[in-house]
Amino acid sequence: MSMFNARSAFTIYKQELMRAFRTAMQSILAPVLTTTLYFVVFGAAIGGQMQGGMGGVNYGAFIVPGLLLLTLLGESTSNASFGIYMPRFTGAIYELLSAPVGVAETLAGFVGAAATKSLILAAIILGTATIFVDYTIVHPVFALGYIILVSASFSLFGFILGIWADSFEKLSIVPMLILMPLTFLGGTFYSIDLLPEPWRTVALANPVVYLVNGLRWTFYGSSDVSIWVSLGLTLAFLAACVALISYIFRTGWRLRT
Amino acid sequence: MNHVLELSGLTKTYAGGFTALKGVDLAIEQGEIFALLGPNGAGKTTLIGAVCGLVRPTSGTIRAFGEDMAHNWRSLRARIGLVPQELSTDMFEPVGRAVRHSRGLFGFAPDPARIDDILKSLSLWDKRDEQIRHLSGGMKRRVLIAKAMAHDPELLFLDEPTAGVDVELRRDMWKQIAAMRERGTTIILTTHYIEEAEEMADRVGIIRQGEIVMVDEKAQMMKRLGRTEALITLAAPLDAVPDPLSRFSVTLADDGRTLCYRGGDGAGQGKAEVAELTKALTRAGIDYTAIDLHESSLEDIFVDLVQNGAQGKAA
Repeated sequence: MSMFNARSAFTIYKQELMRAFRTAMQSILAPVLTTTLYFVVFGAAIGGQMQGGMGGVNYGAFIVPGLLLLTLLGESTSNASFGIYMPRFTGAIYELLSAPVGVAETLAGFVGAAATKSLILAAIILGTATIFVDYTIVHPVFALGYIILVSASFSLFGFILGIWADSFEKLSIVPMLILMPLTFLGGTFYSIDLLPEPWRTVALANPVVYLVNGLRWTFYGSSDVSIWVSLGLTLAFLAACVALISYIFRTGWRLRT
Repeated sequence: MNHVLELSGLTKTYAGGFTALKGVDLAIEQGEIFALLGPNGAGKTTLIGAVCGLVRPTSGTIRAFGEDMAHNWRSLRARIGLVPQELSTDMFEPVGRAVRHSRGLFGFAPDPARIDDILKSLSLWDKRDEQIRHLSGGMKRRVLIAKAMAHDPELLFLDEPTAGVDVELRRDMWKQIAAMRERGTTIILTTHYIEEAEEMADRVGIIRQGEIVMVDEKAQMMKRLGRTEALITLAAPLDAVPDPLSRFSVTLADDGRTLCYRGGDGAGQGKAEVAELTKALTRAGIDYTAIDLHESSLEDIFVDLVQNGAQGKAA
């Protein structure tokens, strides 16, 4: 048997996507509706009152990358964490652990499916955004690559969360109490250049600032921080997640007794 | 002998310090049904988990199909199936899709005809489009068996396969397990039902506190450890065992009113000796009013071994 069992990986991937579509109201419709409400309230209603926009970009268009990222971070994390936590919770993980699959197949299946679902959501949200705000994407290829990178990174992060969590409460704490506040304070709705010191410097300690600005750069060609710093930090986060998951599988932490 | 599984010095000590397996040595022969008996907490599920990849052994080696499990786990796991003790699966999945998923997970190409055969053989065909959560407990257990069979494993572990299943369904599942063996699958089952081991197993292993107390062919075990017990109620009490009866394994009880015979080999010798004993009583002019004869079952042997410890391992 080869070192990568593609059929096993695809089987996990397919099942995870089916699970997402089985709960389409919760996993697809709900985040799309939430993001749409943000566009209506902040983009169309409040944004229309903001003369001059933000950094030379119409305010409604300015918040598109941030809102997209808000959804990507939350959904990628939740999907992947739930995907691995549920079989742990129900005991069904015995089948995965006894199958001829290793870390590569497991990640390709669970993380690949979570990232795929995030990409589908991103496409729907961007499509929906065109109804309410007029925006452009200056670097569409970079934007796609960045969206894939962020989706994959936070799906990996969610996978770690799903292995770490030993209760449903812990599963929801990180997306609700850490990711969402960091995203709101990370320049989703404003440019951090508007913040007075020392708050601008403090804001730079928020890792989500770099993610939001990285994506914003792909949309409008400018951002509060360098695209290369954003890209470098995102890649470092991805590498850290992969390293941690490799360690988890090597030691069997929280998976094998 | 052609062994499909060989455990050597298998030890598992959990993080809390509890040692569930203490240097287990065990060899499973190809094509047999092996019943692993033991009380709760004896180490049965840990042993299965260690082979199937759910438990990380502390030390020892596991060889399956002649290869080292630690090095060739990918190819070996594809040849092993597991039916867990708990009813653990995605209960929202339809039966047919759940079974197909298991085949794919183990890296096998889709084979709708084979999946249909499995579903039919386990009487799940009519339920193939139903969500598992809507099935009865017994049917859910069949689904787990179907999932384990989906990749046609050569070695199948059944951890308490008939726990919580009614008598009729249990007998039906015994037939299914026998049919799997007919197809060449080697089966290792753990069970609390001694009757199950007695009915199905070729060989029996008894595990106690993480140690294999005994492994033997069921018939040999019965012969070696089986006993006949006869309680003969005498018409008049005796002070001592009379000389004509001294060649028998007898004692007096109940103030000399009961003659107790305990002997034989679990394979008929005991009954023959009791017949001889009754003739000797008649010849000696000792009258009796009743005989209570009891042949020890596998359960008696199991209880005795578990309570009193090892009496020697067989091959």
